[in-house]
Amino acid sequence: MADEPGGPSTVTEDRGPVTTLATPIRLDFNFTPGVAQSRFLMGLADGKFMGQRCSVCSKVYVPSRGSCPTDGVPTIEDVELANVGTITTYCVVNVPFAGQSIEIPYICAQVLLDGANLSFMGLIQEVPTDQIRMGMRVEAVWVDREELSPSLASVRYFRPNGEADADYETFKEYL
Amino acid sequence: MPDSEVLHAEHRLEYPYSRSVGPVIGAFLTGLREGQLFGAMGSDGTVIVPPTEYDPQTAEDIGELVEVGPGGVVESWAWVPAPRPKQPLDRPFAWALIRLDGAGTSMLHVVDSGGPDRLTTGDRVVVRFRPPDVRIGSMADIECFVPEVRDGAEVREGLR
Repeated sequence: MADEPGGPSTVTEDRGPVTTLATPIRLDFNFTPGVAQSRFLMGLADGKFMGQRCSVCSKVYVPSRGSCPTDGVPTIEDVELANVGTITTYCVVNVPFAGQSIEIPYICAQVLLDGANLSFMGLIQEVPTDQIRMGMRVEAVWVDREELSPSLASVRYFRPNGEADADYETFKEYL
Repeated sequence: MPDSEVLHAEHRLEYPYSRSVGPVIGAFLTGLREGQLFGAMGSDGTVIVPPTEYDPQTAEDIGELVEVGPGGVVESWAWVPAPRPKQPLDRPFAWALIRLDGAGTSMLHVVDSGGPDRLTTGDRVVVRFRPPDVRIGSMADIECFVPEVRDGAEVREGLR
């Protein structure tokens, strides 16, 4: 209570009745990603996407959790993935919310990197929101070399790379 | 991969909630801001502190608030020897159920007694508000309760 940031709220100039109460909830914690995700994150610090392949089904997971969810075996083969991929699904964000760090409207998309069997979410830029589409081919735009870190913040965003759209049949398994 | 290469990072998850307090809790919080403690008069004459919005017996709206305290009795307590960063005091304290004078229920708050050997169930305590200019209408407007010492300095601190 003593050091809570929140508190006042509706104290008007004449200090009228209290009508609302700020009740921020905050959780500070240490996150340890583990070996497999640490490899993915260290790959980001090196400017590349690292995944892992299952020795049974040969699927490539990025980021890998260290085991195959289908076969239940550890994934030990590291695979470097392409810098390009395909938008499988997307969402145009038009709604402002607290803590928003990107100017609206913007596009969030699931990106399936070439060579991967798992998509992950990325920010899409350099394309008008009314021209985004499933199957669009995109490439990662990284921060400057000296700003790379073991974080997805190393990837500034994805942008169209000019290739023809991927055929729906090539990514329909990943929706 | 050696353990030394496993990463870890400090994360923070935070939600900036704000809630409407309604007329009854609002009046209670306004009272705290003004250095007063209020309870709700129930249909059976029990004064409920902090006030509820509805009578627990009849479910009717609470009509009347009455002032309680500033002193009260410790009904039970638990000592916190090593306060965590977000707890109300930065020194060891007690969480206590305090039945304020005039109240029929007890309220959870903090007792700053200086040590577990200086607090006993049944002890009288008195509220210590934070300074008026920093009170905002929150339970934290009460800094803590302190042992009541008749004719002593701590009693005067409890007066607004």
